[in-house]
Amino acid sequence: MKEQQLEIVFNRQINSNAWLMGLNAPEMAKSARPGQFVMIRVSRSMHPLLRRPFSICGTKDTLMLILYRVVGQGTAIMAHASHGQKFSVLGPLGRGFTFPDAEGSIVLVGGGIGVAPLFFLAQNLKKHRFLFMAGFGSADEIIPVGEVIGTQIDVSIATDDGSIGHKGPVTELLEKYIAGRDINKKAISLFTCGPKPMLKRIADMSKDQRFWCEVSLEASMACGVGACQGCAVKAASGKDKAYYHVCKDGPVFAITSIDWASY
Amino acid sequence: MNQLTPDLSVKLGPLELQNPVMTSSGTFGYGLEFDELVDLNLLGAIVVKGISLKPMTGNPPPRIVETPCGMLNAIGLANVGLEAFLKEKLPKLRKFRTKVIVNIYGHHIDEYAELASALKGVDGVAALEVNVSCPNVEQGGMAFGVDPDASARVTEQVRKSTDKPVIVKLSPNVTDIRIIAKAVESAGAHAVSLINTLTGMAIDIETRKPKLANIRGGLSGPAIKPVALHMVYQVANAVDIPVVGIGGIVDYRDALEFFIAGARAVEIGTANFVNPRATLDILEGITEYCQQKGIHHITDIMATLGSNLHI
Ligand SMILES: Cc1cc2nc3c(=O)[nH]c(=O)nc-3n(C[C@H](O)[C@H](O)[C@H](O)COP(=O)(O)OP(=O)(O)OC[C@H]3O[C@@H](n4cnc5c(N)ncnc54)[C@H](O)[C@@H]3O)c2cc1C
Ligand SMILES: Cc1cc2nc3c(=O)[nH]c(=O)nc-3n(C[C@H](O)[C@H](O)[C@H](O)COP(=O)(O)O)c2cc1C
Ligand code: FES
Repeated sequence: MKEQQLEIVFNRQINSNAWLMGLNAPEMAKSARPGQFVMIRVSRSMHPLLRRPFSICGTKDTLMLILYRVVGQGTAIMAHASHGQKFSVLGPLGRGFTFPDAEGSIVLVGGGIGVAPLFFLAQNLKKHRFLFMAGFGSADEIIPVGEVIGTQIDVSIATDDGSIGHKGPVTELLEKYIAGRDINKKAISLFTCGPKPMLKRIADMSKDQRFWCEVSLEASMACGVGACQGCAVKAASGKDKAYYHVCKDGPVFAITSIDWASY
Repeated sequence: MNQLTPDLSVKLGPLELQNPVMTSSGTFGYGLEFDELVDLNLLGAIVVKGISLKPMTGNPPPRIVETPCGMLNAIGLANVGLEAFLKEKLPKLRKFRTKVIVNIYGHHIDEYAELASALKGVDGVAALEVNVSCPNVEQGGMAFGVDPDASARVTEQVRKSTDKPVIVKLSPNVTDIRIIAKAVESAGAHAVSLINTLTGMAIDIETRKPKLANIRGGLSGPAIKPVALHMVYQVANAVDIPVVGIGGIVDYRDALEFFIAGARAVEIGTANFVNPRATLDILEGITEYCQQKGIHHITDIMATLGSNLHI
């Protein structure tokens, strides 16, 4: 973990609301693991005050990639930043995905900007075969994986309005996939990140489907290093803690560790 | 030409510090979280997260919200508890030469006394900071800190139960903070530190619900600096014990303002989140300032505003 001034190599809009930033980060790009995140200080002044957390969505040589949606003041500042400008970046932070053993089948399920950490995982799963399912609002919100990480990956797409791919939530694609499988076949390892309703649905499915699943979560953060206790999520009953801290214990958790009723 | 090396050491009653820049409780964990980012040996002191007798799990999330130039927190004093602190955290902290100040919190007066006794004579604990000012817990905390008699009783009990220097941390959520400061001074406090956070809230206009699950939280960060500075000025002129200034300090200029107003030392809080190196940057800034102004000892500028101004 380091705090460094990183230079923007490129920062471009890739669809109606998503941007891709490439930062020159020789050290972080090397040490980062899929699922880890960074905290970016978007302003040199005191407003907006806190650093913003972002998953690392890929690396390429010395580049570290951040895929982000413009939702508020901080991300709007980021979208206006240009080549050569520097941001203070703290990272890599947190606990990433556990790599699956090569045996079972691997499925990545992302919703919207939640595909970001999964892209990095996909980049590192070279030797494994895996399925990638992604849900977006509509065709113009699709995030093209090839354009982001530079490798083509087949992605099964679902959109809310049906403008492309399956019409409906991406979890329906997952349900179909699971229903069509021979129950005696090898286990499924699922990796997911996305909006709350999607995660809750998958958590629900994981109860009876018995797949193994890891999920990347979000929480408001101040420090990012486990010091402030601000980023709490309630642990499932029976765990050794009442709350986990997303920045330190996560952001990636076993789906069974979390109390989904309160998330 | 020889560069002047200013003497930054200060005394808070019996407590001697290598410099007046400390970290504030709850914003720097147990210090160890920042080990990779900050040379902990350079700090004036590390004030650890508030410790209670038993571990506390804290409030439900969301626990933090950003506000203009500040933030609200309602952590609810989540901490590992005394036993785990002594077993797991303190041994690691002893490896650094920086002094460790333990911030203590009790639900009842007896618990403060019990914590103080348990820390009596413990190697590696330089002083106690008594938190009678946390706004985010149901019992204890600020309930004591807004009442001069209760603050005095807590202070007295803690003093009786320990051989360590006792700093009492004051709440700004009172009509006149000088009354509380004087009460804890009479009860034997070696120093006071102020301010803890200001009670506040934020509402989500879409859901029409509070943004914090706890409804209210404590405001910290640059937004509170002018309030904190004024209170430090008031208290420094009302009591004879040293005052530790806290609240919205992000750079060396802020720290110097507190010194000039009468603070003997400062604690850095929210700034650690924005710039993990804030404490060290402040120390460097203070050193350069002293060099430029020919100040040999940092205490030479402390309380130079004097008390003859109208307060
Ligand atoms: C571990 C982690 C990884 C993330 N990865 C990505 C990513 O790869 N791409 C992406 O676009 N977004 C990601 N997010 C969400 C991202 O942090 C927020 O969208 C961003 O902080 C919004 O900042 P803003 O100033 O534009 O919004 P504002 O609404 O102005 O922000 C106000 C405050 O709320 C916080 N906040 C707002 N939304 C969120 C949120 N969803 N999660 C946590 N804090 C929030 C901000 O950090 C800020 O402190 C991630 C969040 C976490 C916790
Ligand atoms: C996340 C957070 C947790 C805190 N926890 C404690 C605590 O446990 N005990 C305490 O005495 N003060 C606590 N405080 C208050 C700070 O120590 C400090 O008094 C306050 O934040 C004002 O300083 P600042 O503006 O520099 O942050 C906490 C503050 C924050 C932001
Ligand atoms: S953000 Fe501070 S503990 Fe997680």
